[in-house]
Amino acid sequence: MIAAVEADIAAIQARRAARVNLPPPTLSKTIIQPAKGWRAVDFGELWRYRELVVFLAWRDIAVRYKQTALGASWALIQPFLMMVVFSTFFGKFSGSSAGGVPYPLYVFAGLLPWMFFASTVAGAGNSVIGSERLITKVYFPRLAIPFAVAGWAAVDLAVASTLLGAMMAWYGVAPGAGLLLMPVWFALIALTGLGVGVGLAALNVAYRDFRYVIPFLVQLWMFATPSIYMQADGLPTRGLVHAALSLNPMTPLVAAFRSSALGTPIPFWATAVAAMAAPVVFILGCLYFRKVEGEFADIV
Amino acid sequence: MSAEMAIKIEGLGKRYRFNPAVGGHRKTFREAISGLASMPAKLMPGRGPDASDSKGFWALQDISFEVPRGEVIGVVGGNGAGKSTLLKILSRVTVPTRGRAELSGRIGSMLEVGTGFHQELTGRENVFLSGSILGMSRAEIALRFDRIVEFSGIESFLDTPVKRYSSGMYIRLAFAVAAYLEPEILLVDEVLAVGDSVFQRRCVDRMAELARSGTTLLFVSHNLDLVTRLCSKTALLERGRLVQIGPSTEVVESYIRRLLDDSVEEDLSGRPRRGDGRARFETLSLLNGQGRPASAIRLDDDLRCVIGIQSTVEARGVSLAIVVKTLQGAKLFTSWTDEVGFRIDLRPGLQHFECRFQDVRLRPGRQVAIELWMYDGDALDHIDVARIVDVVERAGEPSGYSAHPEQGPYLCEYEWSPRRPTSH
Repeated sequence: MIAAVEADIAAIQARRAARVNLPPPTLSKTIIQPAKGWRAVDFGELWRYRELVVFLAWRDIAVRYKQTALGASWALIQPFLMMVVFSTFFGKFSGSSAGGVPYPLYVFAGLLPWMFFASTVAGAGNSVIGSERLITKVYFPRLAIPFAVAGWAAVDLAVASTLLGAMMAWYGVAPGAGLLLMPVWFALIALTGLGVGVGLAALNVAYRDFRYVIPFLVQLWMFATPSIYMQADGLPTRGLVHAALSLNPMTPLVAAFRSSALGTPIPFWATAVAAMAAPVVFILGCLYFRKVEGEFADIV
Repeated sequence: MSAEMAIKIEGLGKRYRFNPAVGGHRKTFREAISGLASMPAKLMPGRGPDASDSKGFWALQDISFEVPRGEVIGVVGGNGAGKSTLLKILSRVTVPTRGRAELSGRIGSMLEVGTGFHQELTGRENVFLSGSILGMSRAEIALRFDRIVEFSGIESFLDTPVKRYSSGMYIRLAFAVAAYLEPEILLVDEVLAVGDSVFQRRCVDRMAELARSGTTLLFVSHNLDLVTRLCSKTALLERGRLVQIGPSTEVVESYIRRLLDDSVEEDLSGRPRRGDGRARFETLSLLNGQGRPASAIRLDDDLRCVIGIQSTVEARGVSLAIVVKTLQGAKLFTSWTDEVGFRIDLRPGLQHFECRFQDVRLRPGRQVAIELWMYDGDALDHIDVARIVDVVERAGEPSGYSAHPEQGPYLCEYEWSPRRPTSH
């Protein structure tokens, strides 16, 4: 019996020794110092916080769909009503068909990507101001807040797409192989929208009256994107207006989205330019945000 | 074992660019545009700290200290001393203007109860959301979910939206999530000033548990008693500077003394306090047994505390408590309206109440501090040190008891006599 006890003691001592000799776990070091000037976007950190971005997006979606009595149908009603308005007023001028496609369908397919863009821009723009309680109490990469907006805007887009599908079936229009490019257009529009939205979010914190500028800006932008509601041949091909319109990356992107959905040819060059502009807009927006984000908690 | 520093702070300073107290504000876009014509550089909101804003102020200046791994350190100081700013900087919520801090390990911060909670979501959903915001991964939260729920005690309400919770339930759940963060460094800001006393004790126990398991704790509080109990070391901040750092009892006493150099005053309006402010302690007058103003507590005499309360609201079922304690924070005796069934209903305006302590038996020759509480489920007002007062000999024949600080503060009559051994 004594031998057994001794064996037990030896085992316990061996376990203890093993634990003591374990190397201490390496601890992450955080360095806090004044922020000066431009700072790079820390994608590594954002990736580590990816679950948080998802949670924030999920929170917004859950709250939206729980709160409104209309719930999910709001994502359908808005574009539908807009389509009705456009069809009534513009349908006459553009003719009853546009590029071989019935006008209501034409404009609805253009409204969907636009509303995704507009929601992302306006949502992201106001997101930081709206998260004052979070920002002043906890640390996490602040970019997570506007990024999460793309989440619920995408859900709205998905919901509205079902209606698009139904309309296409109604009118007997089938998508072509271009449908495979949809994820590309979605990504490009998301990048552009987030780039602008993130930049606006930073401006919104820095200047307290900026929040009134945002809806106006978005509205103006819609008019500057005529591809939503009319064919390109109705527009001037030269001069100041033309120059201003060609600078708008959303014009070709909306057209590309619609073309992919409805099986009509995709305008190549303009889309390629927009494709290159999108990541640039995104990076610029994020860089500006990063420059200012250190002071958010003080100002907001 | 190497004494590695968990927290190293060198020359930390924070300047706020505008001071709302003197009318500073964020720029408006309009102002920026009109300024654009005159100074292009002004358009960038992130300009440097030496900008010409005369309305800015230094909340923290030249703070340097180190905290070894596993230590529990308290941070005390008056309102506006910079404690919350320090915590915000260490929690990375805001950036410092000068200096540097190095922290080793995962940082968890509890600056507020219920960070991230959304009213429309259920308790269960909020646990995940809040946990994620505080820095836990989904897997970690799932692992600790049961313990969190048990700690909070709201199992049956998990699937109702949080907007239906009472404030007590809300606080318990919110704190439970934060309590199960297991970071290497935990920064806590007076979160424990909320909730009922049973819950507060749970929170303190949980913090002590974390401390025992080697978590480095930095605890900012107005509750000096708690600080002395939990923290081995304490730092004292005053107007943005680190004035003293050392063993808690010493620093706390030093703080109390600094606080009340004008300790004879009855007016409490300048005292550091905590509470929602619906009603405030305005005055504290001390009277002796004959009802005359007393500048000291006299042995064997009655002590009458007359409290003036200014209320902005109607509040029913309010409790008052008076704590008489040593300058190190140890309680000597307390008085609590609930205990004796004295019901208080506040009306808007000024009201007075008196508490009469009978035959106070404190040992003469020292000072004691008086603490005041006003509570009705939420803390309306709490002044940790309302008054410091001397304890003096009885009138007439001196008692002859020693005033030596080594002798206990409470005095009980006693008698020595020889004793013959009793036979078995």
